[in-house]
Amino acid sequence: MITQNEVQEAAIWQALQDVADPEIPRLSVVDLGVITHVQVDDQNKAFITMTPTFSGCPAIHYMQDAIRSRIASMPFSEVEVKVSFENPWNSNKISEQGRAILLETGFAPPPKHDGYIELSVLEDVPCPYCGSRNTTLQSPFGPTLCRSIHYCNACSQAFEQFKPVV
Amino acid sequence: MLLSDTSRAAIKDLLFRMADDCLILGHRNSEWVGIGPVLEEDIAFASIAQDKLGHALSLYTILHEYLGDQDADTLAFMRPEGQFKCCHLVEIPTQEYDIALVRHFLFDTADRLRFEMLASSSFEPLAQLARKIKGEITYHTMHANAFLRQLSRGSEEARFRMQSALNEVYPLALGIFEPSEFEEVLAQEGIFAGEVALEKRWQETIIPILEQAGLMVSIGAEATLGGRKGYHTEHLSPLLEEMSEVFVVDPTAEW
Repeated sequence: MITQNEVQEAAIWQALQDVADPEIPRLSVVDLGVITHVQVDDQNKAFITMTPTFSGCPAIHYMQDAIRSRIASMPFSEVEVKVSFENPWNSNKISEQGRAILLETGFAPPPKHDGYIELSVLEDVPCPYCGSRNTTLQSPFGPTLCRSIHYCNACSQAFEQFKPVV
Repeated sequence: MLLSDTSRAAIKDLLFRMADDCLILGHRNSEWVGIGPVLEEDIAFASIAQDKLGHALSLYTILHEYLGDQDADTLAFMRPEGQFKCCHLVEIPTQEYDIALVRHFLFDTADRLRFEMLASSSFEPLAQLARKIKGEITYHTMHANAFLRQLSRGSEEARFRMQSALNEVYPLALGIFEPSEFEEVLAQEGIFAGEVALEKRWQETIIPILEQAGLMVSIGAEATLGGRKGYHTEHLSPLLEEMSEVFVVDPTAEW
């Protein structure tokens, strides 16, 4: 049997689809994988736990505020949005839908990893525009902490990858 | 979480060393913005600086939330020089790129290994953070290793400059591992295996990479000590003054 609390929790997950990554507005915080826990207790209090992609991410408090104001319109007695490293982010946490959105927006999604990353993984990235694997890593550091810079030798286009992180 | 007074003091000492190293080196790394040898290096050092400041912030936040210290901004901007526990390696000014690169290689290798060791710490807030940070630092050491190899295998002048930089920076890097009075407590309580264990792992990691690059460390080099006890080079004070200028004028300012 599904409890009333679980229905409410599902409603929160749904509502969080409206809260976007500030750098990639089509990507929700849910698809980005930074929401690690949602709970509604018997006093109708909502608890949301989130975790940053990178510990130095300057957007975390912006996202925290955005989540708080999105949930504020829902009928909960109180809303608590906590940032925690208990269940840390890694790039495998981006959802399948999130990976598709990244590709459509012109970002190479991070390759799936099994807990270990080498430079060769970062170098072998298909171009998000033409799909060619004839690409060159320009810099493992990009305009934000979570992105690297690449160049496609086939379609002469510079592009970014959402970096794999363990 | 119940901690004895000695454990608390030991954890605080460890966290301040780590956080202060990250804060000061983050500031030094940020000095490359706009003057890096190539655009990609500008971006790399800026990104690494941002990571370091993030790590400092997270470590100061643990001090604030679990150990009763003041908030992160106050800890970063309002403490007198003598309360800083950073090693001398992170203090020396950003001079030439060779010095910056060798410092980056030596420090970040130690930092990555330290966080790897702390991932299984009995002090859970630090263990959680360490498990997150060690993945991020992989990018720092990857960057350092790649450039160290490339530059050292370049022209004779490049190799000579890299070796000279290593000679200058290596004794300072040994100062990272200046032991504290709490080594025994930290090890006994399973908080951290200690500076001696870390230095051993560090040596085992850097030597093969330096060998591939054709570089050698001087045998019998003596560590530059004092930083961990609050004694600093003449370079720290002006840095702190510059870094805290806005905060000191108006602690409520937003920027």
